[in-house]
Amino acid sequence: MSGHVHKDYTGAKFGMWLFLFTELILFGGLFILYAVYLARYPQEFVSAGTELDVRFGAGNTLVLLTSSLFVAMSITALRRGAKGLTQCLLAGTIVSAAIFMINKYFEWSAKINHGIYPGSEHLKELAPGEMVFFNIYYVTTGLHGLHVVIGALLILWTMLMIARGKVTGEDWVLLENAGLYWHLVDLIWIFIFPLYYLILH
Amino acid sequence: MTEEHAHLVPYKTFLLIWVALLVLTVITVAAAQFDFGALNIWIALGIATLKSSLVVAIFMHMKYEQWLFKLALLAALAILAIFIGLTFFDVLYR
Repeated sequence: MSGHVHKDYTGAKFGMWLFLFTELILFGGLFILYAVYLARYPQEFVSAGTELDVRFGAGNTLVLLTSSLFVAMSITALRRGAKGLTQCLLAGTIVSAAIFMINKYFEWSAKINHGIYPGSEHLKELAPGEMVFFNIYYVTTGLHGLHVVIGALLILWTMLMIARGKVTGEDWVLLENAGLYWHLVDLIWIFIFPLYYLILH
Repeated sequence: MTEEHAHLVPYKTFLLIWVALLVLTVITVAAAQFDFGALNIWIALGIATLKSSLVVAIFMHMKYEQWLFKLALLAALAILAIFIGLTFFDVLYR
C-alpha cells in the first residue's frame, strides 16, 4: 500500500455517463414542455421564434461544434504524449465557451432592451403562446448557459491537473469525463438551435 | 490502473466528423428557409438527431465502448421516449 491508488477507468466513465443520462432527462423535460406548447400554439411560436436572431444561434452553433472538436482531439493529443497541444486545445475550448457567453450576453441584452424578459410588462401584452415561447426560451437557454460555464470551469480544472502531472497520457479519465460533459453541452445546443432559432424562418 | 485497450481515435476522424456537423448545420438552416408545413419541424429534428448521433458515436466514442454503455444509453433514450409518448397521449386526447 505504498501510495498506490486503484483507479477503475471503466467505472469512472460509466458513472459520468449515468450522470449525463440524468441531464438528458432534465433537458428532455424542457423539450417536452416546448413540444406540448408548440402543438397548442403553432402560430404564436412561429411569430415569437422569428424575433430571435438566427445569426446568434448559428454563430454559437459553430463555436460549440468547434469547441467539441478541440476537446475530442485533446484526448488523442494527451495519449500521444503531446502535452502542449492538449493544453492549447483545452484553452481553445475555454475561449470558445467565453465567446459563446459573450454572444449570449449581447443576444439577451437586445431582447431585454425590447422589453422581452420573464415577467415584463411587454410580455404580458403579447399573445399567451408568445409569452410561453419566451419563458421556455429563457429557462432552456439559461440552464444551458449555466452548463457552458460549469463545463468551462471543469476543463480549466482539468488543465490545471494536466499541468501538475496528475492527469497524463496513461491516466486521463478526468479529461475523458470533463470532455463527455462538454460534448453534452454541445448536444443540447444541437437541439436548441433548430427548435428556437429556425422555427419557420 | 488504466484501460490498455481504450480506442485511440485519430485526429483525421474527428476533423471529418466536424466537417460533417458543419455541413448538416448549413443544411438545417437552408431547409428552414422553405415552408414545408408541419414537415419543417420533423426535418429539423431529423437533422439534429443525425448530428447528435455523430457527436455521441465519435466525439464521445460510444462506438468504441463496451455493450454495457450502449445498453445504458438505449435505456435512457427509451425512458425519454416513454416520457414524451405518455405526455402526448395525455395532451392530445384531452
